[in-house]
Order: sequence, then structure tokens, then C-alpha cells
Amino acid sequence: MIIKEGVKKMFQVENIRKDFPILLRKVNGKPLIYFDNAATSQTPKQVIDVIVDYYTNYNANIHRGVHTLSQEATDKYEEARHKIQKHFNAKKAPEIIFTSGTTHSINIISSGFEALLNEGDEVIVSALEHHSNIVPWQMLCEKTGAILKVIPMNQLGELEINEYDKLLSKKTKLVFVNHISNALGTINPIKNIIDKAHKVGAAVLIDGAQACPHIKPDVQELDVDFYVASAHKICGPTGVGMLYGKEEWLNKLPPYQGGGEMIATVSFEKTTYADLPHKFEAGTPNICGGIAFGKAIDYMNAIGFEAIMSYENELLRYGTSQLLEIEGLTIYGQSKNKASVISFNLDGIHPYDVGTLLDKMGIAVRTGHHCAQPVMDYYKIPGTIRASFSFYNTKEEIDILVKGVKKAKLMLS
Amino acid sequence: MQTIKAVQEEIIDEFSMFEDWEERYQYMIDLGKSLPLIEEQYKKEDNIIKGCQSRVWVHAEMNEGKVVFTADSDAIITKGIIAILIRVFSNQTPKSIIEAEMHFIDQIGLKEHLSPTRANGLVSMIKQLKMYAIAYQTQLN
Repeated sequence: MIIKEGVKKMFQVENIRKDFPILLRKVNGKPLIYFDNAATSQTPKQVIDVIVDYYTNYNANIHRGVHTLSQEATDKYEEARHKIQKHFNAKKAPEIIFTSGTTHSINIISSGFEALLNEGDEVIVSALEHHSNIVPWQMLCEKTGAILKVIPMNQLGELEINEYDKLLSKKTKLVFVNHISNALGTINPIKNIIDKAHKVGAAVLIDGAQACPHIKPDVQELDVDFYVASAHKICGPTGVGMLYGKEEWLNKLPPYQGGGEMIATVSFEKTTYADLPHKFEAGTPNICGGIAFGKAIDYMNAIGFEAIMSYENELLRYGTSQLLEIEGLTIYGQSKNKASVISFNLDGIHPYDVGTLLDKMGIAVRTGHHCAQPVMDYYKIPGTIRASFSFYNTKEEIDILVKGVKKAKLMLS
Repeated sequence: MQTIKAVQEEIIDEFSMFEDWEERYQYMIDLGKSLPLIEEQYKKEDNIIKGCQSRVWVHAEMNEGKVVFTADSDAIITKGIIAILIRVFSNQTPKSIIEAEMHFIDQIGLKEHLSPTRANGLVSMIKQLKMYAIAYQTQLN
């Protein structure tokens, strides 16, 4: 309890909000209320400053440059890799691969597994996945003759672990689950999923895109084989992300793209690939993005994930109870283990209509299927309105959302 | 029958009476509710307009040289928008539909207040209505 109070005392949302210049802007004449954090988070000035500093002072191509700017940029880029390594508690820095984002990271693994899968092998994904998590595996299975199996979900929006147990066998080669569902916010029991997969000798890839804004994952403790995330959901810029892979797995996978940076020696007879991480980092990377990613991680850690999680839980509880007071409102995804995401609908009203009216009131929410059509099909709905809260949001903003939803309901009924 | 231009002027006039977005949207919502529904048989996959977040079905028929549109959507604001478009385009000759300039959309504050994805929905709707007109015009030629 003492720790909790201490955490709360240090966490001053008014001060944190001052770090985000965008929160001062108006939308349609109203102060912006940004509740689309699960799609992308806003950027604090500390991260913006790093981006400006890079282009103002040391923009250069990295690695192998002999001049000062190139050396400075290389040092900062590699320093960012170390920050990410430390944050995720990876054993070694080369186990962290910079990518353009979670989707890119997933594609590196799925295309790499093409060489490792045989006809009849099985790949398990979950029913809670984002499209970007389903399509690459479908493509992989089409190419290799492997079979795609799906862990079903229940009414609360949780994965049916008993069913998962039944799907696992010696044929299972890879299991792929998100840490937190983007459509519903469910926190999946990944440690359990990973341990069970390892018992049958399967590798596990966890999509942490939605988890990293709320949780600090420890890849060694999880014993996960691959973990992927995007910078833009944790206060960093778009177009950059990471792939963590255990060294032995990354060595086993073939390179994803050919190009500069990823080679050791080249002749027309034979090319030898560079060591990790460069084997997977062909071409000039998003240098500034990588450095800003590192800064974003510093920023989040300075606030502290314990404080973030506890405050966001408070917002989630408050938002849930306030929204549920509206008659005819249904919340989808009611797992006890949930991140600060509320996916909901109003009886007989299309989510698009509510989203359009909320936008007129300056409130940014997401409407639609959230790239998770299988989840929407399960509930037999065209989509939902999704409000996702971040540590810079407030209860006052939730009050305005609730008022806005009531107004939209009145206008649309 | 009024020309497409005259109908547009009439709509701009009506919208100019509204003082704020609420009145404007309430009007569109009410229009959506009054839209003559498309017959169930035409609510099929082939008649769905792509590029809209909500589902929109449009059906066209020729009646004495004029194109008659009916439509429906599962979202009421979308339905309101398409009700306005139908008011502009329906019961006009294919030629006048093809040649029509759509100046009213900006003037009634529809496009500027709709985000790109939604605006694409609006653009897709107009494109689809014009496509029907082009198809009928080809038959006439």
C-alpha cells in the first residue's frame, strides 16, 4: 500500500500533460481529447527534441563512416539498441533488430520460417489477432503446406487455454499470440502459452505492439523466442520498431532482405552474411527513428511502468463504470486482465455514426473492426467504438467522452 | 424537374440556415431516416460501394430516360449523406449526371469536416453514381 501511495504521489498527470504539445490543440473548436492511443500514442517534447537535434546536428549515414558525424550517429543509434536491450532485458544487444515496425518484424519471422517448415507441420495463432498477425501465417502455410490452427476465444474476450492444450502436438512448430489484444484489450497469459509450446518443442512469437505502452516485458523471464513491438505506440515515432529474437533462433533464420549493411563479403560467387543484428538490417535504416525510439523508452521508464499501469487501471475502472451507466451500451472484452482499452457499442446504432459525432466534439476514438474482423465476427457486429486511454489522459476527459456518447445517442436515436 | 445545379443551390440554401454542426448533423440524421429504402433484393454484395467504413448499397434503374437511384446504409449519417446525393442525382438524365460539378459538398461543410477515410467514402459514392450514369449513357449511344 505504501508503495502504491508513493507511486501515486510521484505521478502528476498535470505535469505529464505539459510534455505533450499536441494536447493543447483544438479540434473542431473544442480541446482535443485523444482516446486513440491503441492506434498510436502522442509524442512528448523530449522525443521531438531528439528528432530535431538529430537533423540539426548529426544527420549522417551510420556504420563504416570515417567522418565525425557518421561516428556520432552510429554511436547514438547503437546506444538506442542498448537501451532497448536493457528495457526488454535481452541477454545481448545483437538480439535486438531494428525494423520498420511490428508488421515488418513479424514478416521477418514468417518469411524466415519458410525454410524451416515442412508439409503437415502446424502453426498456431489466436482468434484475437490483428490482420497483420493472420495474413503472413496464411501466406506461410500456403507456401509450405503447413496447417494453420486457431486458439478460439470466449464471450469475455479471453483465449480458451483448454482448447490451446488440445491443439498442441509434436507437429506444432510455431505459436503466435499477441500479448494484449488490440480490439478488446485482453491481456493474454503468455507465460503459460510459451511454457506449454516449449514442452512440445515449438517456438513462440509474441506480438507486444499493444502491450509495450502498459507493461515492461522481460524476455528472459518469459523465455520467449521472439518478441516484437513498434515505437509509435510507446511515445516514439512511426516507421520504427523492434524484433527481439534469441540468438540461436536468429542465427537459424535466413536473412529477410538483401542489400547493404547485411553482408560481410560479396563476390559474384558467394556472399557471406554479416553477423547479428546486421544480417536483418539491410539498407540504410530509420536512424533518427531508432534514436528517438531509445529516447521514448527512457521517457516511459522515467515515469515508471508501475505508475503508468496503476494510473491507467484507475482510468479503465472509472471509464468502464461511467460508460456502463448509459442504457443500451455494451462493452466487448470483459476479461479481468485488461489493458486500458474499452471497446463498446450502443444498441441499434452503427459505431461509425457515434465516432463521427464524437469527432465533431473534439474526441478522437477509433471506430470499425480494428483490423480484427474475426473478433467482430465472433460477436456478430460490424465493428465497435474503441476508446483507449494513456497515462496522459484524465478522468475529466472521460467525463466529456461519456457526455459525448450520451449526446450522440440522443441525436441518433 | 429541376436541374442538378438548381437542386444543389437549394441544398446550400437549406444548410445555410443551420447555426452549428449539431443542427447540420441532426438534419442529415433525419434525412437518413427518411431515405427511401432500397428493395431487399438489391442489398447484395454486387451493389456495395467499396471504400466506406459503413456498408452502402446503391441500386439504379432507368425510367423514361432518367436514372432513378435508391440506396441504403447500415450507418445513419452515411445514409443522410447518400440521401443528399440521391436528391441531387436521381431523376436526371445520364448525360447531366456525368457532367455535373459537385460544388455543394464544400459549401455545406461536408467534405471539410469529414476525415480522409470518410471523405473517400463520399468520393466513392459519387464515383459509383456517376459510373451508373456512364453505363446508361453507353446504352443510349
